Amino acid sequence: MDLVILGCGRVGSRVANIADRRHHVTVIDWHGNAFERLHPDFSGDTVLGNGIDVDILRSAGAADARLFLAVTENDDSNLMAAQVARRLGAKRVVARIYDPVRAEVFEGMGVTTVSPTINGAQALFKRVTDPEGA
Amino acid sequence: MYIVVVGAGKVGYHLTKSLLAEGQEVLVIEKERLKVDRITRELGATAIQGDGAEVATLELAGLERADVVAAVTGHDEDNLIVAQVAKGKFDVPRTVARVNNPRNEFIFAELGIDATVSATQVILSVIQQVIPHHPFVHLLTLREGGIEFVELQLTEDCPAAGKHAGEVDLPADTAIPLLIRQGSPLVVQADTLLQPGDRLVAVTTSAQEDILRQHVLGTAG
Repeated sequence: MDLVILGCGRVGSRVANIADRRHHVTVIDWHGNAFERLHPDFSGDTVLGNGIDVDILRSAGAADARLFLAVTENDDSNLMAAQVARRLGAKRVVARIYDPVRAEVFEGMGVTTVSPTINGAQALFKRVTDPEGA
Repeated sequence: MYIVVVGAGKVGYHLTKSLLAEGQEVLVIEKERLKVDRITRELGATAIQGDGAEVATLELAGLERADVVAAVTGHDEDNLIVAQVAKGKFDVPRTVARVNNPRNEFIFAELGIDATVSATQVILSVIQQVIPHHPFVHLLTLREGGIEFVELQLTEDCPAAGKHAGEVDLPADTAIPLLIRQGSPLVVQADTLLQPGDRLVAVTTSAQEDILRQHVLGTAG
Protein backbone atom coordinates (compact mmCIF):
# COMPACT_ATOMS: atom_id res chain seq x y z
CA MET A 1 0.00 0.00 0.00
CA ASP A 2 1.04 3.62 -0.44
CA LEU A 3 1.94 5.42 2.74
CA VAL A 4 2.64 9.17 2.91
CA ILE A 5 4.32 10.48 6.05
CA LEU A 6 4.53 14.19 6.85
CA GLY A 7 7.44 14.95 9.18
CA CYS A 8 10.72 13.06 9.10
CA GLY A 9 11.61 13.50 12.76
CA ARG A 10 12.26 10.69 15.22
CA VAL A 11 8.78 9.21 14.90
CA GLY A 12 8.21 9.84 11.18
CA SER A 13 11.57 8.43 10.11
CA ARG A 14 11.12 5.39 12.35
CA VAL A 15 7.72 4.58 10.88
CA ALA A 16 9.11 5.17 7.37
CA ASN A 17 12.05 2.82 7.94
CA ILE A 18 9.79 0.06 9.30
CA ALA A 19 7.07 0.44 6.66
CA ASP A 20 9.62 0.66 3.82
CA ARG A 21 10.13 -3.12 3.98
CA ARG A 22 6.57 -3.84 2.92
CA HIS A 23 5.01 -0.68 1.48
CA HIS A 24 5.74 2.20 -0.84
CA VAL A 25 6.58 5.12 1.43
CA THR A 26 6.84 8.85 0.62
CA VAL A 27 8.18 11.16 3.31
CA ILE A 28 7.68 14.96 3.34
CA ASP A 29 9.80 17.34 5.39
CA TRP A 30 10.60 21.02 5.36
CA HIS A 31 14.24 20.42 6.31
CA GLY A 32 16.34 18.51 3.79
CA ASN A 33 18.70 17.16 6.46
CA ALA A 34 15.78 15.47 8.22
CA PHE A 35 15.95 12.76 5.54
CA GLU A 36 19.35 11.73 6.96
CA ARG A 37 17.33 9.92 9.63
CA LEU A 38 16.10 7.49 6.99
CA HIS A 39 17.86 4.16 6.61
CA PRO A 40 20.67 4.26 3.98
CA ASP A 41 18.77 1.59 2.03
CA PHE A 42 15.44 3.46 2.22
CA SER A 43 13.75 2.75 -1.11
CA GLY A 44 10.83 5.18 -0.89
CA ASP A 45 10.55 8.82 -2.04
CA THR A 46 11.30 12.04 -0.25
CA VAL A 47 9.60 15.38 -0.91
CA LEU A 48 11.16 18.60 0.35
CA GLY A 49 8.60 21.25 1.19
CA ASN A 50 5.90 22.72 3.38
CA GLY A 51 3.52 19.92 4.31
CA ILE A 52 0.47 22.15 4.67
CA ASP A 53 0.83 23.33 1.08
CA VAL A 54 -1.76 21.60 -1.08
CA ASP A 55 0.64 21.48 -4.07
CA ILE A 56 3.31 19.73 -1.98
CA LEU A 57 0.77 17.25 -0.61
CA ARG A 58 -0.42 16.53 -4.13
CA SER A 59 3.09 16.01 -5.49
CA ALA A 60 3.80 13.60 -2.62
CA GLY A 61 0.85 11.50 -3.77
CA ALA A 62 -1.42 12.24 -0.80
CA ALA A 63 -4.45 11.94 -3.10
CA ASP A 64 -3.80 8.24 -3.73
CA ALA A 65 -2.39 7.35 -0.31
CA ARG A 66 -3.94 4.45 1.53
CA LEU A 67 -2.67 6.02 4.73
CA PHE A 68 -1.52 9.58 5.42
CA LEU A 69 0.36 10.12 8.66
CA ALA A 70 0.95 13.67 9.98
CA VAL A 71 3.71 13.61 12.60
CA THR A 72 5.38 17.03 12.56
CA GLU A 73 6.17 18.74 15.87
CA ASN A 74 3.23 21.11 15.37
CA ASP A 75 -0.30 20.01 16.32
CA ASP A 76 -1.97 22.57 14.07
CA SER A 77 0.13 21.66 11.03
CA ASN A 78 -0.72 17.99 11.59
CA LEU A 79 -4.43 18.71 11.88
CA MET A 80 -4.49 20.94 8.80
CA ALA A 81 -2.40 18.57 6.65
CA ALA A 82 -4.51 15.58 7.71
CA GLN A 83 -7.74 17.33 6.75
CA VAL A 84 -6.35 18.54 3.41
CA ALA A 85 -4.99 15.05 2.60
CA ARG A 86 -8.39 13.62 3.42
CA ARG A 87 -10.09 16.05 1.05
CA LEU A 88 -7.55 15.26 -1.68
CA GLY A 89 -8.59 11.61 -1.46
CA ALA A 90 -6.32 9.83 1.04
CA LYS A 91 -8.16 6.75 2.27
CA ARG A 92 -7.18 7.11 5.92
CA VAL A 93 -5.51 9.96 7.76
CA VAL A 94 -3.94 9.94 11.21
CA ALA A 95 -2.54 12.99 13.03
CA ARG A 96 -0.26 13.04 16.04
CA ILE A 97 -1.58 15.63 18.53
CA TYR A 98 0.29 16.48 21.71
CA ASP A 99 -2.60 18.49 23.21
CA PRO A 100 -5.08 15.83 24.48
CA VAL A 101 -8.04 18.23 24.43
CA ARG A 102 -7.35 19.33 20.85
CA ALA A 103 -7.07 15.65 19.92
CA GLU A 104 -10.47 14.99 21.47
CA VAL A 105 -12.13 17.94 19.67
CA PHE A 106 -10.87 16.78 16.27
CA GLU A 107 -11.67 13.10 16.90
CA GLY A 108 -15.24 14.36 17.17
CA MET A 109 -14.78 16.03 13.77
CA GLY A 110 -13.61 12.90 11.96
CA VAL A 111 -9.80 13.08 12.21
CA THR A 112 -8.10 10.01 13.69
CA THR A 113 -5.63 11.24 16.29
CA VAL A 114 -2.86 9.69 18.32
CA SER A 115 -1.84 11.60 21.44
CA PRO A 116 1.60 10.70 22.81
CA THR A 117 0.73 12.80 25.86
CA ILE A 118 -2.17 10.52 26.82
CA ASN A 119 -0.34 7.32 25.90
CA GLY A 120 2.87 8.43 27.61
CA ALA A 121 1.05 9.45 30.79
CA GLN A 122 -0.77 6.12 30.92
CA ALA A 123 2.45 4.16 30.39
CA LEU A 124 4.26 6.14 33.08
CA PHE A 125 1.37 5.80 35.51
CA LYS A 126 1.37 2.06 34.98
CA ARG A 127 5.09 1.84 35.70
CA VAL A 128 4.70 3.91 38.87
CA THR A 129 1.73 2.02 40.31
CA ASP A 130 2.97 -1.41 39.27
CA PRO A 131 6.78 -1.19 39.00
CA GLU A 132 7.18 -4.97 38.98
CA GLY A 133 4.37 -5.43 36.47
CA ALA A 134 4.46 -7.05 33.08
CA MET B 1 -20.70 42.49 19.98
CA TYR B 2 -18.04 40.40 21.67
CA ILE B 3 -15.12 39.75 19.33
CA VAL B 4 -12.15 37.52 20.12
CA VAL B 5 -9.00 38.19 18.09
CA VAL B 6 -6.30 35.51 18.02
CA GLY B 7 -2.82 36.79 17.21
CA ALA B 8 -1.42 40.21 18.16
CA GLY B 9 0.96 40.81 15.29
CA LYS B 10 0.50 43.86 13.06
CA VAL B 11 -2.89 42.72 11.73
CA GLY B 12 -4.19 41.72 15.17
CA TYR B 13 -2.98 44.91 16.79
CA HIS B 14 -4.57 47.28 14.28
CA LEU B 15 -7.74 45.20 14.04
CA THR B 16 -8.15 45.36 17.82
CA LYS B 17 -7.45 49.08 17.88
CA SER B 18 -10.04 49.75 15.17
CA LEU B 19 -12.68 47.56 16.79
CA LEU B 20 -12.15 49.20 20.18
CA ALA B 21 -12.50 52.61 18.54
CA GLU B 22 -15.86 51.46 17.18
CA GLY B 23 -16.93 50.68 20.71
CA GLN B 24 -16.85 46.87 20.40
CA GLU B 25 -15.89 44.53 23.20
CA VAL B 26 -12.62 42.90 22.15
CA LEU B 27 -10.27 40.35 23.69
CA VAL B 28 -6.94 39.40 22.13
CA ILE B 29 -5.24 36.03 22.66
CA GLU B 30 -1.52 36.03 21.97
CA LYS B 31 1.25 33.50 22.66
CA GLU B 32 4.10 35.96 23.15
CA ARG B 33 4.35 37.88 26.43
CA LEU B 34 5.93 40.96 24.79
CA LYS B 35 3.05 41.40 22.36
CA VAL B 36 0.50 40.96 25.13
CA ASP B 37 2.30 43.64 27.14
CA ARG B 38 2.26 46.01 24.16
CA ILE B 39 -1.51 45.63 23.75
CA THR B 40 -2.08 46.11 27.49
CA ARG B 41 0.16 49.19 27.57
CA GLU B 42 -1.24 50.85 24.46
CA LEU B 43 -4.85 49.67 24.22
CA GLY B 44 -5.73 48.73 27.81
CA ALA B 45 -6.35 45.44 29.60
CA THR B 46 -7.79 43.65 26.61
CA ALA B 47 -5.29 40.82 25.96
CA ILE B 48 -4.48 37.46 27.53
CA GLN B 49 -1.43 35.28 26.96
CA GLY B 50 -2.02 31.78 25.64
CA ASP B 51 -2.40 29.36 22.73
CA GLY B 52 -5.58 30.31 20.89
CA ALA B 53 -6.14 26.74 19.73
CA GLU B 54 -6.10 25.41 23.29
CA VAL B 55 -9.56 24.82 24.70
CA ALA B 56 -8.57 25.98 28.21
CA THR B 57 -7.41 29.34 26.84
CA LEU B 58 -10.59 29.76 24.84
CA GLU B 59 -12.71 28.94 27.91
CA LEU B 60 -10.79 31.58 29.84
CA ALA B 61 -11.57 34.02 27.04
CA GLY B 62 -15.29 33.28 27.42
CA LEU B 63 -15.60 31.95 23.92
CA GLU B 64 -19.07 30.54 24.45
CA ARG B 65 -20.45 34.07 24.42
CA ALA B 66 -18.29 35.34 21.53
CA ASP B 67 -20.12 36.59 18.43
CA VAL B 68 -17.06 36.56 16.19
CA VAL B 69 -13.65 34.90 16.36
CA ALA B 70 -10.98 36.35 14.08
CA ALA B 71 -7.84 34.21 13.72
CA VAL B 72 -5.19 36.51 12.28
CA THR B 73 -1.79 35.03 13.13
CA GLY B 74 0.87 34.73 10.45
CA HIS B 75 0.41 30.95 10.32
CA ASP B 76 -2.37 29.50 8.19
CA GLU B 77 -2.39 26.21 10.11
CA ASP B 78 -2.93 27.97 13.45
CA ASN B 79 -5.66 30.21 12.02
CA LEU B 80 -7.50 27.21 10.61
CA ILE B 81 -7.39 25.17 13.81
CA VAL B 82 -8.37 28.15 16.02
CA ALA B 83 -11.39 28.83 13.81
CA GLN B 84 -12.36 25.15 13.67
CA VAL B 85 -12.13 24.76 17.46
CA ALA B 86 -14.16 27.98 17.90
CA LYS B 87 -16.84 26.65 15.61
CA GLY B 88 -16.76 22.95 16.54
CA LYS B 89 -16.33 23.21 20.30
CA PHE B 90 -17.87 26.60 21.17
CA ASP B 91 -20.47 27.11 18.42
CA VAL B 92 -19.19 30.62 17.66
CA PRO B 93 -21.61 32.04 15.05
CA ARG B 94 -18.97 33.64 12.82
CA THR B 95 -15.36 32.66 12.30
CA VAL B 96 -12.92 34.70 10.22
CA ALA B 97 -9.46 33.47 9.31
CA ARG B 98 -6.54 35.22 7.70
CA VAL B 99 -4.78 33.17 5.02
CA ASN B 100 -1.28 33.84 3.78
CA ASN B 101 -1.19 31.26 1.01
CA PRO B 102 -4.05 32.24 -1.37
CA ARG B 103 -4.57 28.55 -2.25
CA ASN B 104 -5.79 28.02 1.30
CA GLU B 105 -8.85 30.27 0.85
CA PHE B 106 -10.67 27.44 -0.89
CA ILE B 107 -9.48 24.82 1.62
CA PHE B 108 -10.59 26.90 4.60
CA ALA B 109 -14.04 27.33 3.08
CA GLU B 110 -14.25 23.55 2.54
CA LEU B 111 -13.30 23.00 6.17
CA GLY B 112 -16.12 25.16 7.49
CA ILE B 113 -14.55 28.57 8.08
CA ASP B 114 -17.17 31.30 7.48
CA ALA B 115 -14.87 33.92 5.96
CA THR B 116 -11.26 34.13 4.91
CA VAL B 117 -9.13 37.13 4.11
CA SER B 118 -6.00 36.85 2.01
CA ALA B 119 -3.80 39.91 1.85
CA THR B 120 -1.78 38.23 -0.90
CA GLN B 121 -4.91 37.77 -3.01
CA VAL B 122 -6.15 41.32 -2.41
CA ILE B 123 -2.82 42.86 -3.45
CA LEU B 124 -2.60 40.53 -6.45
CA SER B 125 -6.04 41.49 -7.75
CA VAL B 126 -5.30 45.19 -7.32
CA ILE B 127 -2.14 44.78 -9.39
CA GLN B 128 -3.98 42.73 -12.02
CA GLN B 129 -6.60 45.47 -12.34
CA VAL B 130 -3.91 48.08 -12.91
CA ILE B 131 -2.41 46.02 -15.73
CA PRO B 132 -5.26 45.74 -18.28
CA HIS B 133 -4.16 42.39 -19.65
CA HIS B 134 -1.06 40.27 -19.65
CA PRO B 135 -0.27 39.63 -23.34
CA PHE B 136 2.71 37.42 -22.49
CA VAL B 137 2.77 35.14 -19.44
CA HIS B 138 5.36 32.54 -18.40
CA LEU B 139 3.50 29.41 -17.41
CA LEU B 140 6.27 26.94 -16.69
CA THR B 141 10.01 26.53 -17.14
CA LEU B 142 11.69 23.16 -17.50
CA ARG B 143 15.24 23.70 -16.32
CA GLU B 144 16.59 20.94 -18.54
CA GLY B 145 17.09 22.35 -22.02
CA GLY B 146 15.75 25.77 -21.01
CA ILE B 147 12.27 24.91 -22.26
CA GLU B 148 9.56 27.49 -21.62
CA PHE B 149 5.80 27.18 -21.70
CA VAL B 150 4.30 30.61 -22.37
CA GLU B 151 0.88 32.06 -22.99
CA LEU B 152 0.28 34.74 -25.62
CA GLN B 153 -2.94 36.68 -25.74
CA LEU B 154 -3.91 37.84 -29.26
CA THR B 155 -5.42 41.23 -29.93
CA GLU B 156 -6.65 42.60 -33.27
CA ASP B 157 -3.37 44.29 -34.16
CA CYS B 158 -1.13 41.26 -33.50
CA PRO B 159 0.66 39.96 -36.63
CA ALA B 160 -0.65 36.43 -35.96
CA ALA B 161 -4.32 37.44 -35.60
CA GLY B 162 -6.38 36.46 -38.65
CA LYS B 163 -3.70 34.04 -39.92
CA HIS B 164 -3.86 30.28 -40.08
CA ALA B 165 -1.55 28.70 -37.49
CA GLY B 166 0.58 27.19 -40.29
CA GLU B 167 1.25 30.67 -41.72
CA VAL B 168 2.78 32.07 -38.55
CA ASP B 169 6.54 32.43 -38.81
CA LEU B 170 7.73 30.51 -35.75
CA PRO B 171 11.36 30.53 -34.57
CA ALA B 172 13.32 27.27 -34.21
CA ASP B 173 12.41 24.81 -31.44
CA THR B 174 9.00 26.39 -31.04
CA ALA B 175 5.45 25.09 -31.38
CA ILE B 176 1.94 26.25 -30.55
CA PRO B 177 0.12 23.01 -29.73
CA LEU B 178 -2.90 24.46 -27.96
CA LEU B 179 -5.04 27.55 -27.66
CA ILE B 180 -7.77 28.62 -25.29
CA ARG B 181 -10.80 30.21 -26.96
CA GLN B 182 -13.65 31.48 -24.77
CA GLY B 183 -12.45 29.33 -21.88
CA SER B 184 -12.21 26.06 -23.85
CA PRO B 185 -9.01 24.37 -24.99
CA LEU B 186 -8.55 23.71 -28.70
CA VAL B 187 -5.77 21.66 -30.31
CA VAL B 188 -4.05 23.83 -32.92
CA GLN B 189 -3.74 22.43 -36.49
CA ALA B 190 -2.00 24.09 -39.41
CA ASP B 191 -5.40 25.28 -40.71
CA THR B 192 -6.64 26.64 -37.36
CA LEU B 193 -7.62 30.29 -37.83
CA LEU B 194 -6.12 32.41 -35.05
CA GLN B 195 -8.56 35.00 -33.74
CA PRO B 196 -8.29 38.07 -31.51
CA GLY B 197 -9.00 37.02 -27.92
CA ASP B 198 -7.35 33.60 -28.36
CA ARG B 199 -4.81 32.67 -25.73
CA LEU B 200 -2.06 30.63 -27.39
CA VAL B 201 -0.08 28.15 -25.32
CA ALA B 202 3.38 27.86 -26.87
CA VAL B 203 6.43 25.74 -26.14
CA THR B 204 9.71 27.48 -26.87
CA THR B 205 13.22 27.97 -25.51
CA SER B 206 14.59 30.89 -23.52
CA ALA B 207 16.75 31.76 -26.55
CA GLN B 208 13.77 31.98 -28.96
CA GLU B 209 11.26 33.56 -26.62
CA ASP B 210 11.75 37.14 -27.82
CA ILE B 211 11.48 36.19 -31.51
CA LEU B 212 8.27 34.26 -30.79
CA ARG B 213 6.86 37.25 -28.98
CA GLN B 214 7.74 39.57 -31.86
CA HIS B 215 6.33 37.29 -34.57
CA VAL B 216 3.06 36.54 -32.76
CA LEU B 217 2.32 39.67 -30.76
CA GLY B 218 4.46 42.17 -32.65
CA THR B 219 5.99 43.50 -29.44
CA ALA B 220 9.54 43.18 -28.15
CA GLY B 221 10.29 41.74 -24.72
